Amino acid sequence: MTLRRYVVKRALLTIPILFGVSVLTFALVKLLPGSAVDYILQFQDATPALRARLAEQYHLDDPVWVQYLLWLRDALTLQFGESLISDRSVSAAVVGRLPETLALGALGLVVALAVGIPAGVVAAVRKGDLADEASRVVALLGIATPNFWLGMLLILVFGVYLNVARVIPPLAPVYAPESLRFLLLPAVTLGTASAALLMRLTRSSMLEQLNEGYVRAARARGLSERTVIVKHVLRNSLSAVVTVIALQIAFLVDGAVVVEQVFSWPGIGRLLVQAIHQRDFPVVQAVVLLIATAVVLANLLADVVYSVLDPRIRY
Amino acid sequence: MTREPTTERGRLRVRGFDADATTDVDWSPDRGGRTASRRARAWRRFSGNRTAVAGLVVVVALLVLAVFARPIEVAGVTVQPFALAPYAPATTDVAPASQPPSLAHPFGTDWAGRDVLSRVLYGGRYSLAIGVVAVALGVGVGVPLGAVAGYVGGWVDEAIMRLVDVLYAFPFLVLAIALVAVFGQGFWKLVLALVVVGWISYARLVRGEILRVKEEEYVLASRALGVPDRSILARHVVPNAIAPVVVQATLDVGTVVLSAAALGFLGLGLPPGTAEWGSMLSASRDTLMQGQWWVTVFPGLAIFLFVLSINLVGDGVRDAIDPQGDSRREAR
Amino acid sequence: MALLEVTDLDVRFYTEEGVVRAVDGLSYEIERGERLGVVGESGAGKTVAGLAVLGLIDAPGRIEGGEVRFKGEDLLSASDERLREVRGGEIGMVFQDPEEALDPVYTVGEQVAETIRAQTDLAESAIRERAVETLDRVGVPDPRERYGDYPHQFSGGMQQRVVLATALACDPDLLVADEPTTALDVTIEAGILELLDDLADEYDLAVQFVSHDLGVVAETCDRVVVMYAGRAVERAPVEDLYYDPKHPYTAGLMASVPRLGADRDRLPTLPGSMPDLVDVPPGCRFHPRCPFAEEACTKREPPLVDASETAADARADSHQAACLAYTGDLSGDLDFEVEVRE
Repeated sequence: MTLRRYVVKRALLTIPILFGVSVLTFALVKLLPGSAVDYILQFQDATPALRARLAEQYHLDDPVWVQYLLWLRDALTLQFGESLISDRSVSAAVVGRLPETLALGALGLVVALAVGIPAGVVAAVRKGDLADEASRVVALLGIATPNFWLGMLLILVFGVYLNVARVIPPLAPVYAPESLRFLLLPAVTLGTASAALLMRLTRSSMLEQLNEGYVRAARARGLSERTVIVKHVLRNSLSAVVTVIALQIAFLVDGAVVVEQVFSWPGIGRLLVQAIHQRDFPVVQAVVLLIATAVVLANLLADVVYSVLDPRIRY
Repeated sequence: MTREPTTERGRLRVRGFDADATTDVDWSPDRGGRTASRRARAWRRFSGNRTAVAGLVVVVALLVLAVFARPIEVAGVTVQPFALAPYAPATTDVAPASQPPSLAHPFGTDWAGRDVLSRVLYGGRYSLAIGVVAVALGVGVGVPLGAVAGYVGGWVDEAIMRLVDVLYAFPFLVLAIALVAVFGQGFWKLVLALVVVGWISYARLVRGEILRVKEEEYVLASRALGVPDRSILARHVVPNAIAPVVVQATLDVGTVVLSAAALGFLGLGLPPGTAEWGSMLSASRDTLMQGQWWVTVFPGLAIFLFVLSINLVGDGVRDAIDPQGDSRREAR
Repeated sequence: MALLEVTDLDVRFYTEEGVVRAVDGLSYEIERGERLGVVGESGAGKTVAGLAVLGLIDAPGRIEGGEVRFKGEDLLSASDERLREVRGGEIGMVFQDPEEALDPVYTVGEQVAETIRAQTDLAESAIRERAVETLDRVGVPDPRERYGDYPHQFSGGMQQRVVLATALACDPDLLVADEPTTALDVTIEAGILELLDDLADEYDLAVQFVSHDLGVVAETCDRVVVMYAGRAVERAPVEDLYYDPKHPYTAGLMASVPRLGADRDRLPTLPGSMPDLVDVPPGCRFHPRCPFAEEACTKREPPLVDASETAADARADSHQAACLAYTGDLSGDLDFEVEVRE
């Protein structure tokens, strides 16, 4: 199978999953107890006439599947109606917050990759050494530290005691230097657990590859240890690591929701939590659908990269 | 010699090498205790793992502290009379508000004048109960569904696995947040949300294990010989699948406790003001700027300590029952 | 001076179960252009002996003693850098499973080329040219086109030819071939053996041929070392060994080789299995499986001594065996013999 055919086939497989995702997201709101009109009205009193009008406006009297199709049609054109709280359109609210979350997520991923992969390589090569043991301990601590707690401790140390970091985000665009500087602590907070997981995975994947016959064969051909490790072992380990990076996207999104809350960073995670507290369900639906779609596409991308990295998959 | 064994290869024939004349074929070194059962060996390996045992000690200690923090009454009868925590977790104004740690209040007091030590000790009940109950229910749902999917196959497998795929598209916490938003707050609603999100990893694990074992030659052979499916499942599939499920479940207790605490921190888990570790941190977010470190440090430390210990136990269990590391930890 | 001289080699693996003495006091030498077969059941230590020559014993294994002299140079005390020059340069190695020996994510051409790159300062184009030549030499058809193919696009036999190319790309003097045909079909096996034969003749290549198959060794090698439980139990020129085995184990191995159309109701097998190398039997390691074993065999470990019938035969390449029958400690006789059918 050629690479292109593989990609097309794999992409087609995501369609039923995206369909399921949309059904589930839609159903979420339908599962709310009580009348949907009450949620639209934010539980304020209203005349029966107003209630009837709202029910009609939101197609609440139609069969559920019609409601779903109408909602899906709107969703496909990125129209999620208006927020129940503010008068802004839901799409505008979400899109407005997107750059913040993307910046945070990207920086968090950079931290995770820049720390996790090299540390994992060193730990595998130095298996059993002090360096390996130390990285094992650090990874265990990193995985067990709640990110919200870590973020608060960082604020406490750098923001309150040392007074070298802002504790409130600057009123500047994401790409402004002060914003990026502010994002340093959130990115570290977000990336720590991922870095720890990636490190452990890189290590175990490397160790697995180190036991493969081609490693001994490569050594028997007189290649330097550096070439054996970087060119052969790391390269073969990367396939597994790439798969996990895709899973890390979901993990990072989870982290971002919490970290945004800790650092008052106005991204879509904070929007989601806010919307839930305010029972603003159109926003909740839009954010959840967006996140799930992004995760599905990230997994698709990972599979494509995987097939590029491993020639055995394609044929 | 009456019988002369011979053999030949090509033109060569060995004469006089009587294989049956060996005296001591079954010579085997005396090893003592090598025949110990799988479980006994696993336990030996686990108990020899110092960090895992340390983790277990901490987990048990936190459990004991949580249980004996305050008396427990069932239907008006006190079944557990001890009170290690000096104050009830919800009692306000036991001392001036926002006091740093002192002899009387080793962990200080919070904004409402509640004793932080008492709340941290008591809070273990929520985290531990949520972790254990949600994981147990997740196993209870995921294992049978995964087993059915793997063993029955066909459209049943398709239906279950497509559902798993769809649920996997949602990040764990995001889906839990959305479900809590729908279900509302409360212990059982929180547990329900975590179970809905959590069962899928067991279903995948068990299904994969069953598909693998089904292809093993001895299983194919048993089938061909007409051994009923039920006994194949019981004899070959279940024993193979138990180990990875136990490992996954142990490690998941940590993940679930972290997620529950994160939900608490976001104000979405238990009702605000509950002495749950995550909720306590949520309240401390606002007082952090005034340098009131104790309301942040101690509840967080409790979560950290518990998750770290349970992960150590989980790693120990994995190393003990799977020394080659065959069943790798799910990356999620 | 022999090309390779191995003296009292001692390799141990430190495992959870205990110390495995994989190779225990093994000595042999290989002359230039000579082919030495190392034979034994799996676990006898023959593969480990091959890896030890190249210093490729990984943890938890360690070479604990002995000497490996290659062209007079002690490889065990050589620097890592020097060892890398020897590996792939002067000594090549071929492995049992070619699929495992090739890295799945690089093209076969690249894997041959990187050996050349590691050993020479040639320009990239010259390296490529030489890699193509080597592939051609080992019988890969259309080497220029197949240079860019991945290992999984080759059959097992072709993969083994590629591995052979990686080993021979820099014209080594010695080839360590570890069961090079075990993983292959019988028909493919013949082709590879023939190729090995031709290449060895053509380039005056010495070969340490590790195998469990006495038949293959008989066709390929000049001299044979039979290993049992980490030790050499018999050493002889190939003809002598086959027509006149001196050690009961060798006889047993030969007796257990299956033959088509054998007029017997069951195959004779060597009873029992090789001992666990953590706890070897006392005395002669073979005694629990030996039909001729006596009380003395459980007490004394037989040294490898000259076993030729006449003193005149006792030359350097004499026939040696490690059995108490040749030290005069055995009261009975080893009454096996090989008949040659006309």
